[in-house]
Amino acid sequence: MTVVFYLIATLTLAGGLAAVLLKHLVHCALAVTVAFGGLALLFLSLDAQFAGFAQILVYIGAVAILIVFAILLTRGSELPKDGVFSRTWLVGLAIAAGVFSVLGWAVLESAQSLPQQSAVPAVTVHDIGNALVGRYVLPLEIVALLLTAATIGAVIVALHEKDGAQ
Amino acid sequence: MITTMDQIFVLLQHWIVGFLPAFVQPFAAVLLSVVVIICLFPALFALAVWMERKGLGRMQNRLGPNRVGPFGLLQPIADGIKSLTKEDIVPLSADTPVHFLAPLLLVVAAFMGFAVLPMGRNMVLVDMDAGLLFFFAMGASTEVSVFMAGWSSRNKYSLLGAMRAVAQMISYEVVLLLSSVAVVMISGSMSLTKIVEAQNHYTWGMPHWYIFTPWGLAGFVMYAIAATAETNRSPFDLPEGESELVAGYHTEYSGFKFALFFLGEYLAMFSISGLGTTLFLGGWSAPFAFLEWVPSWIWFFSKLMMSIFVFIWMRGTLPRLRQDQLMNFAWKFVLPFTLLNLMVTALWRFMGEGWERWVVCSAILAVVWVVMGRVEMRSEHFGPRSYRYAE
Amino acid sequence: MLGEGILKGMAETARNFVGSFVSKERLTTVEYPEERIAAIENARVFPFLVYDTADWEAGLRCVACQICEKECPPKCIFIDKSKDKKPDAIGKQQFYPTRFDIDISVCMSCQICVEVCPFEAIKMDNEFELATDDRFGGLLLDRKQLAKPNEYYHQIHPTEAAAVDARLAEEKAKADAKAKGAADAAAAKAAAVLAAKPEGAGD
Repeated sequence: MTVVFYLIATLTLAGGLAAVLLKHLVHCALAVTVAFGGLALLFLSLDAQFAGFAQILVYIGAVAILIVFAILLTRGSELPKDGVFSRTWLVGLAIAAGVFSVLGWAVLESAQSLPQQSAVPAVTVHDIGNALVGRYVLPLEIVALLLTAATIGAVIVALHEKDGAQ
Repeated sequence: MITTMDQIFVLLQHWIVGFLPAFVQPFAAVLLSVVVIICLFPALFALAVWMERKGLGRMQNRLGPNRVGPFGLLQPIADGIKSLTKEDIVPLSADTPVHFLAPLLLVVAAFMGFAVLPMGRNMVLVDMDAGLLFFFAMGASTEVSVFMAGWSSRNKYSLLGAMRAVAQMISYEVVLLLSSVAVVMISGSMSLTKIVEAQNHYTWGMPHWYIFTPWGLAGFVMYAIAATAETNRSPFDLPEGESELVAGYHTEYSGFKFALFFLGEYLAMFSISGLGTTLFLGGWSAPFAFLEWVPSWIWFFSKLMMSIFVFIWMRGTLPRLRQDQLMNFAWKFVLPFTLLNLMVTALWRFMGEGWERWVVCSAILAVVWVVMGRVEMRSEHFGPRSYRYAE
Repeated sequence: MLGEGILKGMAETARNFVGSFVSKERLTTVEYPEERIAAIENARVFPFLVYDTADWEAGLRCVACQICEKECPPKCIFIDKSKDKKPDAIGKQQFYPTRFDIDISVCMSCQICVEVCPFEAIKMDNEFELATDDRFGGLLLDRKQLAKPNEYYHQIHPTEAAAVDARLAEEKAKADAKAKGAADAAAAKAAAVLAAKPEGAGD
């Protein structure tokens, strides 16, 4: 638990909190982007280069843009009239606490089962590539099929809208 | 002597850092390199601005600026002083923190790309294993700043320009990545230093640069198109064309913030050209074996400046593409061609050494280029117009 | 083939780029104000008043008929007629303008004043470097600034000036002939009266 970790964790948590507490929706989207950046820095501090840079490329470069486009194209950018916090916030807090405790218990349990003296494995991009087409080739192909289906679905939805508009 | 000239900056860095105590030396070495990069590339930016104005002028049958210094060489300094002394106007309803941070984020992301470029033998700031991925990650961050700039100005036209710019950048980012993947496939590594070293061999005097292979040439052309679109350069500069949307997403910026956008755009151009030379043009390696006595950093920077000149040349030649033409081009022609190029690269690798692979790969790429060009880019033929008059 | 047009275009711009260093036709810039292109003969900017002899006041052709003031569309000419008369180039007594101002910030260079002037007194100049930093009177040219000699008119519009001079000389010749005819008739009449008188006086 070094100073660097605490700094990055503070940044990520600040981004996450700002994402739910800010009034303007686009500000929240930008705060979520900061949280993504914090996550990427965490990956990098653990020497997982590929995961860190892929996080920046995919989350900040594409997902954040997607969120922002969705907000802007669906008129969510106006300030909400009834305020930001919902009336059932107590229930929400209870559910969030429940999920957090389950996840935290799972992580701590698994951390106990890892051998303490193992050195940090140096994973190169080469190793990731080998694993993807060697051991994990089936999940890779399934994910590829899923993405293709999503793309075709998007095209069909857009096509139907055009026909519908006519 | 030749090696000394080649490694002069590395030796200089070691000498300077040698004066400091041992525990601070690594940080000092990196800090020194960072300072050099931060000073060098804005100086190259000034040179590029001068080149652009004079070069565009000559291509348009006129002189560029020639009053400020000899041949107008001090014009960029005059521009810099002008942009520093102009009033910084922020619209009243603009989102001030986001408005302030957008140009900063753009310049920071643009500068980060230089960290992995090998500018000479042993002259890379950080030799990362996934260097190429880092570079593209930084390029993706520029899109966020473009959107921030356009949205925070609270100006319909800026927002429109920002949306268009982001859509264009995302479309062409895919092409950029795919054309670089072909290089990674052949060189077997994502580390830019290893990619340059793989190209640093000579056969009968000709270098092994990837641009001299069929898949490399096709990949380079696609990379060049995507690079022009990523940096919003002509002919893809609809988001910032003066006659279209005033200045697009940087309409509401004045003074030094505008200069920062300008700087960010040129720095992005430099880093993308630098990556292009590293991937396809052999980075710091010399064109012929007998020219190896010229220092490697001179080769890198000459190739870089030549790429910038080609950018300027394209700007002077081509009219601007409309947004839908631009997107059509990306998704209907460039992307399929790049995917085909990937497959041809795989074919190249698996066919093994020999003249067969040259013939087969060149034939496939040439035929597809011609056929796709005719099929995908045909213009719609309109029939005779019909009119309906009001009764 | 896709990309052919781009390559042709790039070849043309390259020709422009290289040609601008070697040939004049690929670099059409004139570095004003060190170099200037000569104005063509029919160039016009603002009007000026022509005077014939060396003295600008005495030789001014303008007789303050005020036709140009009335015909000027934006009404930028301001004329004050004199109370006395002065002899003009052919000796006839004419009025003259004591004030003749043209406001060149209003003048639209339509040349109507030149077309309607019966005395060939106002013509179009081609001097355009008239910018000034005096915003309240700097662009109101008075009589002295507007008066320029006939030789200057010949310099800037040679054919026109030659035609004007020919016309004026013809009118002068006609006027002289008329005056000579009138003088001859008067002399003949006087001689006849004189010849008739001694006969009557001899009775």
